[in-house]
Amino acid sequence: MSQASIFSTIRWSVTDLTRRIREQLEADEMLQDLWVEGEISNLSRPASGHVYFTLKDPSAALKCVMWKSDAPRLKIQLKDGMAVEAHGRISVYDAGGQYQLYTDRIRPIGEGALYQEFLRLKEQLEKEGLFAPERKRAIPEFPRIIGVITSASGAAWRDILNTLQRRQPLAKVILAHSPVQGDGAAPALIEALDSINRQKPDVILLARGGGSIEDLWAFNEEALVRAVAASKAPVICGVGHETDFTLCDFAADMRAATPTASAELATPITRDGQLRQIKERRIILTSLMNELIFKTRESIFGVSNRLRLLSPTNRVYNEIQKLDELSRRSGSAVIHLFQFHSLLVNSLSKRLVALNPIGVLSRGYAILTRKQDGRVVASVKDATQEMKVRVSDGEFGVTKA
Amino acid sequence: MPKNVTIKPVDELSYEEAMAELEKIVATLETDQKSLDQAMQLFERGQALAVRCNALLEAAQLKIQKLTGDMLVSYSEEEE
Repeated sequence: MSQASIFSTIRWSVTDLTRRIREQLEADEMLQDLWVEGEISNLSRPASGHVYFTLKDPSAALKCVMWKSDAPRLKIQLKDGMAVEAHGRISVYDAGGQYQLYTDRIRPIGEGALYQEFLRLKEQLEKEGLFAPERKRAIPEFPRIIGVITSASGAAWRDILNTLQRRQPLAKVILAHSPVQGDGAAPALIEALDSINRQKPDVILLARGGGSIEDLWAFNEEALVRAVAASKAPVICGVGHETDFTLCDFAADMRAATPTASAELATPITRDGQLRQIKERRIILTSLMNELIFKTRESIFGVSNRLRLLSPTNRVYNEIQKLDELSRRSGSAVIHLFQFHSLLVNSLSKRLVALNPIGVLSRGYAILTRKQDGRVVASVKDATQEMKVRVSDGEFGVTKA
Repeated sequence: MPKNVTIKPVDELSYEEAMAELEKIVATLETDQKSLDQAMQLFERGQALAVRCNALLEAAQLKIQKLTGDMLVSYSEEEE
């Protein structure tokens, strides 16, 4: 301690000093997002749900805490003595006067190395163009033969089978069983891929249920990844869960989040869809037929209408109708006129009767005609020797005296 | 107009054949001017084809086989 500091007027409170230390640590970026490896000790999981432990190595120890909210993400069972890698940020617990690692993820020590290998290989194959989008082939809409590579005893196979039966029972499925984890898995999977391709399927499903990066490691093996990229038939890869990515996923023509999803992607045309299509066609057929019948009926109507309008009967009816119209409009005038004409005709015919020459004869008059030519004798000079006399009821001859 | 393909009885057609013919009939009725007689015939054939497609779909069972090397055997779930 220097002489000067004994007389220093700056006095920190514990709180302020602690805060200053915390701020210093939090300002250091490298300490805010890091992985640290060590051995677990003093593991404690009190009722609060938070997890407390210490990570140590031969010469140092680091206090760690994991909040209850992050704890469910743990894929492994924590135990004292376990070698792990913990991820989080460094800060200070003011009240306890200690710096801590606020942990959000923990993984077994091996995993870090595996993940490194994953990244290395991914970069290398990506550079080679193995994952290029242009290489990806289209999945046929209506596959007749679907090849499946998975373990026959796994849940993945059951899920795929159920999905395919439900969606597209017209298809044929060929299963090539293979172990999907462990040392022998990758070579067996390559073998399965070869033999399935010899059956000339329309699409191949490569599937496996969820697991850790070690469980899924076979699907990151270079030889298998290359075999998938080189597959004659398009490959849909459905390995692990939603968030699991393996290099086979990148090399495949399509990636499915789960085995079930891979079966769905393989069958874009479903039986339900087809049944709907057929129903639609039937409706269209029926409505086309109805339309045609209607049109035909219409045109027959049209022709018969025109015929009716042109027929002679129609003309007559038209004329009669005109007369009816006229009489309706003129109403009583016609009736009076008719009666007048009736009377006129009556009296005229009476006068005509009076003027009839035959009627005059019955009053005693006679008609004298010349025998030789039938001419009427109206004066003395007309008379000839032989004449005829006509009276009302007959005629006789006379000689001039 | 005689077709190049001989007309097979509907009952002998596969799903794809029946569906393809059904599509053709719909297209023909939509565009060509057919007499009422011809249209009726096409309509009835079309309905028969639709019934056939439905029947095939309803009855369809997924065919499953297991492959070992190059040997295909039919698959039975009890074995696994």
